[in-house]
Amino acid sequence: MNEAVKFHFLVDGEDFTSAGQASVQMKKSLRQLGIPPEIIRKVSIAMYEGEINMVIHAGGGEADVLIYEDRIEIKLVDHGPGIANIDLAMQEGFSTAPDNIRSLGFGAGMGLPNMKRYSDSIKIDSELGQGTTILLTVNL
Amino acid sequence: MKISEIQELLDAEVVCGEDLLEKEVYAACGSDMMSDVLAYVKDQAVLLTGLVNTQVVRTAEMMDMVCIVFVRSKSPTEDMIAMARESGMVLLKTRKRMYEACGKLYVGGLRGNGVAT
Repeated sequence: MNEAVKFHFLVDGEDFTSAGQASVQMKKSLRQLGIPPEIIRKVSIAMYEGEINMVIHAGGGEADVLIYEDRIEIKLVDHGPGIANIDLAMQEGFSTAPDNIRSLGFGAGMGLPNMKRYSDSIKIDSELGQGTTILLTVNL
Repeated sequence: MKISEIQELLDAEVVCGEDLLEKEVYAACGSDMMSDVLAYVKDQAVLLTGLVNTQVVRTAEMMDMVCIVFVRSKSPTEDMIAMARESGMVLLKTRKRMYEACGKLYVGGLRGNGVAT
C-alpha cells in the first residue's frame, strides 16, 4: 500500500441522533480492509467522539480518514466557534456542552480527552470564530 | 455467563436478538453516561443503562459490545432496535433498577473486568 487509502465523510450538524454514522461506516470499512480489531476500536472511538463534538459545538463538519502503511490519520474539520482554551478543553470533566446534551449521555467533558486517549498523537488547530481542525494519528 | 442467564437473573424481556441468547459474555458495565463508557470500558460485552437514545446503541457498537440491558423499565425506540438488529446485538429490558441489576449479575459471576487507562 504505497498510496494512502482515503475516505471522506460529511458530518450532519442538524441531528444529534444521526451523529456517529461516519464512524460506523468507517468501522465497517476498516474491518473489510483487515485492520486489527484493537486498531479499529481506537480509530472508531476517537472519530466518534470527534463527530459528536462537531455536532454539539460546531453545527457539523467534515471528516477525512487516510490509511497509510504505518498509520491511520483522521482529520476533523469544522467551521464552528473554535475552542477558547485548548488546555482547559483537554482536561477531563471540563465541558461547555449545554444541559440537553448531557441528558443524552454526552457533554461530560470527555470528548477531547477520549480522542487523545484512543490515538497516538493529536494536533488541534483552532481559531475563535473560524473553526477547529483536529488531526488524530493512530499507529499501525 | 450466557446472555440467557442474564435474562433469567434480571427477569428481563428480550426486545431483540432472540437468536443470540446463547452467546457467552465475560464482563459488564453500568452507566448512563456514554462518554464514560467510551473512556473507561475495556472488553466489557454488556452495557446496563437507563438512558434511551440512538447514541446508546452506537456507543455499544463502537465498544464491540453484544448486549444492552435497559434498566428501570426503559424501552428502546424502533430506531434503536433496528440499529441493534443490524449490528447483531441483543437488547434486554428489565424492571430492576441499575444498582440491583448490576448487583445480581455481579453476584451471579459476571464481573466488571479491568479499566482502560
